[in-house]
Amino acid sequence: MDPNPKPNHGISAYYKTRAEHHAIISGDWLAQAQAATAAGHPLEVPPASATALSAASKPFSIIDEFNHWRRKPDLAEAVAAIMALVAGIRSSDATTMMELEIELKKASDALKSWDTTSISLSAACDLFMRYVTRTSALEYEDFHAAKLRLIERGEKFGEISLKARRTIAMLGQDFIFDGCTILVHGFSRVVLEVLKLASSNRKLFRVFCTEGRPDKTGLGLSKELAALGIPVKLLIDSAVAYAMDEVDMVLVGADGIVESGGIINMMGTYQTALIAHSMNKPVYVAAESYKFARLYPLDQKDLEPALRPVEFGVPIPSGVEIEKSARDYTPPHYLTLLFTDLGVLTPSVVSDELIQLYL
Amino acid sequence: MDNRRQPRTVSDPKVRQVGFVTPGAAPPARYLSEAPTDPAATSPPSGETALPAISISPVMIPPPRHSPSAPLAVPNPARRDGLQNQVGGYNTLEVLLGSPPLTSPSSRTDDAVSQFSDDPSMSPCDGRSRAAKVASSFPGSSGEMMVMKAGIVGGGSNTPKSSWTTASVAAKTRPDISEKERGAFVGMQNDGAGASKTFKEKTTKAERRALQEAQRATKAAAKESGAGVKLSAAPGGAVPANTKQGKVVKPPAQKKDGPQVANTSVSSEKKVVDRPPEKDRKKDVPPPRMQFDDIHRVEKAKRRAVVYQFEAKNRVELFRHLPQYIHGTQLPDLETKFFQLDPMHPSVYKVGLQYLSGNILGGNARCIAMLLAFREAIRDYSTPPEKALVRDLTAKISSYVSFLIECRPLSISMGNAIRFIKNRIAKLPDTMPESEAKSSLQSDIDRFINEKIVIADKVIIRHAVTKIRDGDVLLTYGLSCVVEMLLVYAHEVGKQFRVVIVDSRPNLDGQVLLHRLVAKGINCTYTHLNAISYIMLEVTRVFLGAASVLSNGTVYSRVGTACVAMVANAFRVPVLICCEAYKFHERVQLDSICSNELGDPDVISKVPGQKDLNHLDNRANIENLQLLNLTYDVTPSDFVSMIITDYGMLPPSSVPVIVREYRRENLWI
Repeated sequence: MDPNPKPNHGISAYYKTRAEHHAIISGDWLAQAQAATAAGHPLEVPPASATALSAASKPFSIIDEFNHWRRKPDLAEAVAAIMALVAGIRSSDATTMMELEIELKKASDALKSWDTTSISLSAACDLFMRYVTRTSALEYEDFHAAKLRLIERGEKFGEISLKARRTIAMLGQDFIFDGCTILVHGFSRVVLEVLKLASSNRKLFRVFCTEGRPDKTGLGLSKELAALGIPVKLLIDSAVAYAMDEVDMVLVGADGIVESGGIINMMGTYQTALIAHSMNKPVYVAAESYKFARLYPLDQKDLEPALRPVEFGVPIPSGVEIEKSARDYTPPHYLTLLFTDLGVLTPSVVSDELIQLYL
Repeated sequence: MDNRRQPRTVSDPKVRQVGFVTPGAAPPARYLSEAPTDPAATSPPSGETALPAISISPVMIPPPRHSPSAPLAVPNPARRDGLQNQVGGYNTLEVLLGSPPLTSPSSRTDDAVSQFSDDPSMSPCDGRSRAAKVASSFPGSSGEMMVMKAGIVGGGSNTPKSSWTTASVAAKTRPDISEKERGAFVGMQNDGAGASKTFKEKTTKAERRALQEAQRATKAAAKESGAGVKLSAAPGGAVPANTKQGKVVKPPAQKKDGPQVANTSVSSEKKVVDRPPEKDRKKDVPPPRMQFDDIHRVEKAKRRAVVYQFEAKNRVELFRHLPQYIHGTQLPDLETKFFQLDPMHPSVYKVGLQYLSGNILGGNARCIAMLLAFREAIRDYSTPPEKALVRDLTAKISSYVSFLIECRPLSISMGNAIRFIKNRIAKLPDTMPESEAKSSLQSDIDRFINEKIVIADKVIIRHAVTKIRDGDVLLTYGLSCVVEMLLVYAHEVGKQFRVVIVDSRPNLDGQVLLHRLVAKGINCTYTHLNAISYIMLEVTRVFLGAASVLSNGTVYSRVGTACVAMVANAFRVPVLICCEAYKFHERVQLDSICSNELGDPDVISKVPGQKDLNHLDNRANIENLQLLNLTYDVTPSDFVSMIITDYGMLPPSSVPVIVREYRRENLWI
């Protein structure tokens, strides 16, 4: 395997990773991951120490580390990046704080440039940098103490990120009431977690899954949900408006939450939200706070496009263009609430949080 | 809306009129008395002279009591006299001080003072009984005195500033009495308030609050604070109008009294005096519109307007509460005074005249000019003997500021800058030598200009340029220096775009921008606001400047901005507001009426270059013609996609966060 895969030109690495994850994801696997998270120390020492050991032999590569974490299907890319950065601090042989900070900065830049289309990746890197370096540790006399403190903080951040989903599920499931119908668009692990928790709390509800062309994310989700015994109905993407009458709420995940409070998510979220808004149905977004990004798109084209191949199953006539963009931007106006690990927020709070984090 | 409720509106005018002395107390009485038709105020109009302030107003006190005051009743004209000429008030005050009844009635003053101190807990009945007490202790038979006092109160309420200067003079002459007197004064008005309670509960509440405020202010007298000049409040509401009036009259008086006489105590007292009204003004700015609901109120307003001799007769209904445009008459007047400016620093004077003549326009330019003038004034400042720099300089700055307000109402950004300076002065340690203090203040001002304006603009430009894509058509309105810098910068960076400059009469400052951009080789289209809906079709981004952004996300900007933003919003074109964070203000404003600035009405009636379009030339003679030349308007946050500040690109909903988190930093850098 290519140890340092650069994203293929034209295809967003983010979506490639997701596709891989979806291919192998399974309920068993999630259960295992759950157990690991619950056990408390998800930061399994082996990989990190292994890296530390190997660091002696070969130069530490943040990308390798990242890829190592990234292969775990339950780990969001952002969390993988955080893990990699922590490992980066651990294996760093810098001798001054400044040096370490520069190294960290380089590592995070490398991660960000590895996939420029992933919002959560760059957001998480930025947040990590803020979180880790914004500490009194930097004034410690003793460099080693300071470094330990940084590692500790980094690990804490990673842990928080890992637990985020759980927190969100706890918060989000309160919004699901007996007898409700939920429309879900795209495959979001957070959304799945929310639904799972709700169903394990014996809530009775049914789910409409959109098909999620072109990568059939809805199929994957419906499989998961059916395994949990939740009644599911699959819709083709164009049936959203048709089905909206019956729907009580729309629940989606997010690739990124931007400063305006809007979200960037899989293609089709915007139209779903628009329809829901026009029919006065609430639109909830479940997303971890490390997806808060300092971006402010003004419209759909104001984003760096993430491309993804689209299969139509039939030969495309020559001269016909294909829209390959994989995601769209939903303005905050159409969102009702955000379920995040910081709490249930209105869209306008996102900017407040970002200001507090970054300024 | 709260402020539209009838009772409040009724109480409001009085609050506004109170202006200076003890906010809230005196005016209500006046108001009541003035509106004879008011069912509540069945008392004869003459009651106003006797005025509650003095206690006994027939209006408020049960029948038996006021009989003594009845003889005092003086018809309206008399009252107006008192109001109109503060000198009269001043004289009477001195007479008052000198006259035997006043020097002796320590019991009365004490009573009043005590009442004043515990007023918050005062119940209506209580107040009345106290009023009665005061009244009884008061030699009610001396009608002359009553009248005099009424005159004072009236003067205080209508032309507060001047009356206060006079008060301070009095204080100077009789330092020992002054304090008590003031207390008594307040107390008296307080009594009036208490009495009026019987009529209107709401009123009394407002008054009580005002009183509380006044009390607090007196307590905090020694404390320094920028509250003295809440410039932000200046453009808001009728009060400013009053102040303005007062000030217009004032300068000579101040020149005479302030600097020459002034000892520290006087100046500090003055500040104390200044403060409550400011606070009050800020909190209780009444909804101006209410008065026009009913004819009597309008009548009353007109009567009141007599005091403002130079105000335009044909004021536009909704905007009477704003300081009227009077520059035309003022400029020559001020110019002649240029060489006899004792208290005013020449640089401040210069800037003031420039504001007046319109040579300095634009929020940043005005703010920088003011700061530089202050800087020079501080450089040339030397503490008079026996005075503390901190206090004296603050007073001095305040006087400069009030002068500038005379020339043109302050912008919100200037208000923030002044707040900053005052804060810096207040924070100077007492022990610091003068030269050091002065240089630190000067460097503070430099830093403010540099960090909050110059660098902030650069940061804004960096942010904003990321939102310009090749092939964009950018629309801007009027002349905003940040937007201009942004367009020039984007051009330099090599972005390919086209600019649509929308302009409007009477300023036509878009032409300035057009001229500069075309000179840089930028592709421009110039049109007037009338064509906005046509031109908006091809626009992809709208960049606008702002005079201020208020904490509900409302953008306060040059008149016409709201129109542009609204049309852009209708066409789904993103509207980006470029505004430095120092212009943010915690106020909330819902419409363009309650706080605004009026420009010269003549400008809109004359069309330059069109000799045949002079139908309005003799407009002053036309009774049913009102010309409205608004300077600002308010753009609701719904129409704003993004606000670009030195803290980054934010949604309008985040303005309060910036205000909350960085206010402190802005003040103390």
